[in-house]
Amino acid sequence: MLSIKNLTASINGTPVLKGIDLEIKAGEIHAIMGPNGSGKSTLGKVLVGHPAYEVTGGVVLFEGQDLFGLEADARARAGLFMGFQHPIEVPGVSNAAFLRLAYNKKAEAEGRDELDPLEFDDFIKEKIRLVAMREEFLDRSLNEGFSGGEKKRNEILQMAVLEPKLAILDELDSGLDIDALRVLGEAVNRLMRPDRALLIITHFPRILETLRPQFVHVLSGGRILKRGGPELAVELEERGYDWVLEEASAGRGV
Amino acid sequence: MNATFQGVTSQDYKYGFVTDIEADSVAPGLSEEVIRFISAKKGEPEWLLEFRLKAYRHWLTLAVPTWAKVHYPTPDFQKIVYYSAPRPKRPQYASMDEVDPELKRTFEKLGVPLHEQEALAGVAVDVVFDSVSVTTTYREKLKAVGIIFCSFSEAVKEHPDLVRKYLGSVVPYSDNFYAALNSAVFTDGSFVFIPKGVACPMDLSTYFRINNKESGQFERTLIVAEEGASVSYLEGCTAPQFDTNQLHAAVVELVALDRASIKYSTVQNWYAGDKDGRGGIYNFVTKRGLCKGKASRISWTQVETGSAITWKYPSCVLLGDESIGEFYSVALTNHKQQADTGTKMVHIGRNTRSTIISKGISAGESSNSYRGLVKVQPKAEGARNFSQCDSMLIGHTCSASTFPTLEVENRSARVEHEATTSKIGEAQLFYFQQRGIPAEEAISMIINGFCRDVFRELPMEFAVEATKLLSLKLEGSVG
Repeated sequence: MLSIKNLTASINGTPVLKGIDLEIKAGEIHAIMGPNGSGKSTLGKVLVGHPAYEVTGGVVLFEGQDLFGLEADARARAGLFMGFQHPIEVPGVSNAAFLRLAYNKKAEAEGRDELDPLEFDDFIKEKIRLVAMREEFLDRSLNEGFSGGEKKRNEILQMAVLEPKLAILDELDSGLDIDALRVLGEAVNRLMRPDRALLIITHFPRILETLRPQFVHVLSGGRILKRGGPELAVELEERGYDWVLEEASAGRGV
Repeated sequence: MNATFQGVTSQDYKYGFVTDIEADSVAPGLSEEVIRFISAKKGEPEWLLEFRLKAYRHWLTLAVPTWAKVHYPTPDFQKIVYYSAPRPKRPQYASMDEVDPELKRTFEKLGVPLHEQEALAGVAVDVVFDSVSVTTTYREKLKAVGIIFCSFSEAVKEHPDLVRKYLGSVVPYSDNFYAALNSAVFTDGSFVFIPKGVACPMDLSTYFRINNKESGQFERTLIVAEEGASVSYLEGCTAPQFDTNQLHAAVVELVALDRASIKYSTVQNWYAGDKDGRGGIYNFVTKRGLCKGKASRISWTQVETGSAITWKYPSCVLLGDESIGEFYSVALTNHKQQADTGTKMVHIGRNTRSTIISKGISAGESSNSYRGLVKVQPKAEGARNFSQCDSMLIGHTCSASTFPTLEVENRSARVEHEATTSKIGEAQLFYFQQRGIPAEEAISMIINGFCRDVFRELPMEFAVEATKLLSLKLEGSVG
């Protein structure tokens, strides 16, 4: 589904990704872990086309298509989604209107019927149950005045509405209490299908107890230093990141 | 007074022409003679000529105002032609095929019906299209309830007492430089009179006004609502308006008596000049409403998108106890446009209330300023004001400024002011794009959300058009 080969990227001329290789197949759940400032979030943002970053090298194919040949909005309609760590607030734009426009843009691109406001109302009521969101949040301005947890809930709601092929979730657990984390983790699990994939970006392994990735990659200094299975996440939980960095500096990295 | 300007205005009119009452126009320039000519040409009563002359003499003592945050070369007032018989303002085209494709594209995007497109673009229309009969029906319906809605010149002829009573009662000829100029030389405009207890059965629109073909560069509007009367007046058009006159100096006066309510909505889309700032209208307007009666209400809603320079402060004088003044504004500037706009709320009566909601959007290399005054006079016991001024910047080369002034001379007054500045930054736009929404639609949605508090004050149809207009004006500004 996603194939990243020797990806390099910079921000304001400073290299932040220094050669990333990653293969994600349908049905797989991958986790990118690493200390703060390692480039984890950058990888996600580069993939979805954040304008602050410049891709300086490498090839990324998404469903066989050159990802960087597509504008950010076209990538989204092709099935790439990112749940942001800090979703932005947009005063005056109703959450429901935003969700409907996003849904209809995707429906239009896929040749499906667009939903009018009444039809969408029925559709969205199903979806908000999945993330246990109160209905009043639909009428509020997009993320405006939402708590950290409510913003994350809204991100997963958007994921539920758009049903992406590949969802990149950046620090889903930050700002969430343990109950909300469980609810959202389970919602994400329910959205998983054999033809979809997940890329979880996280600093803390806690979220991985619910989302259970098969592949764990440790990223630091813009490079992937170590790869493993779920057991690597457990080891990181127990030992932190320092040992991985030490291993890498001793030249035994992947 | 500006020395150069004084030089121009104080010199004798060197062409020394002899006024020919049969002529269709006068030579450029302004003098008492020209004013007498205009007045005679229009068959005006003596008192109106006197009003004009007093205004003119006062104007000679005034200097061009320079306090606004706008920059432009001082117009040469002796080069303006102050009277000419009605003539087509735009080139006439034989068919829509000859019209500038850019203009046609704009019409299509705005969804202007074809026959209106033809009229607006200046296509010679042979068929007497529906609006003529619409206008007649409209007039009869209004007449039945005693409403007067006609051109200013017509009002001077048919309702001289009403005009004389209210003309200059809100904006005196001595008010400011451009108001004085307008008072001296205005050629036409609108007159509305809603008698006691009558709620106007429909929105009055300049589009349907008789003799609307020449709105002219010195337009004069007077709206009077008697006790308990109410009216909603719509000015302007979302379709782009071209005009060969660069300087426009209109005066609008509103008078609301006891419990009367006047709602005045404007969508202004005069030609703004090209992307490099060449051409474009200078729009210097004086708009003021007098809440003269107890519990009267005047509400200004404006969507300003056009003109090279906008200098405009629709204001309310809250004289009657418990009267209410409101100002809802969206001002959008792009490219090299400059706007200095806002309002004045003058609280004189007891328990008067005012609300100011101003939304400024700047893009390109434009400059957009909010300038407001809230004044609470000593006797305005219990006065309240709420002001909110929000600015939105698009890109890195535009500017937004806010100049709020509060003068409170009564201790019981409550005045609140809130202001924000935000950017449609890459981050906001990117968020929409990441959800599959293309940049243009994202901007439209964000701007619409930003302006929501103002748009909901507009009549439904106007609000829909205004939304489209803003998106159109911002096309290509981001990303």
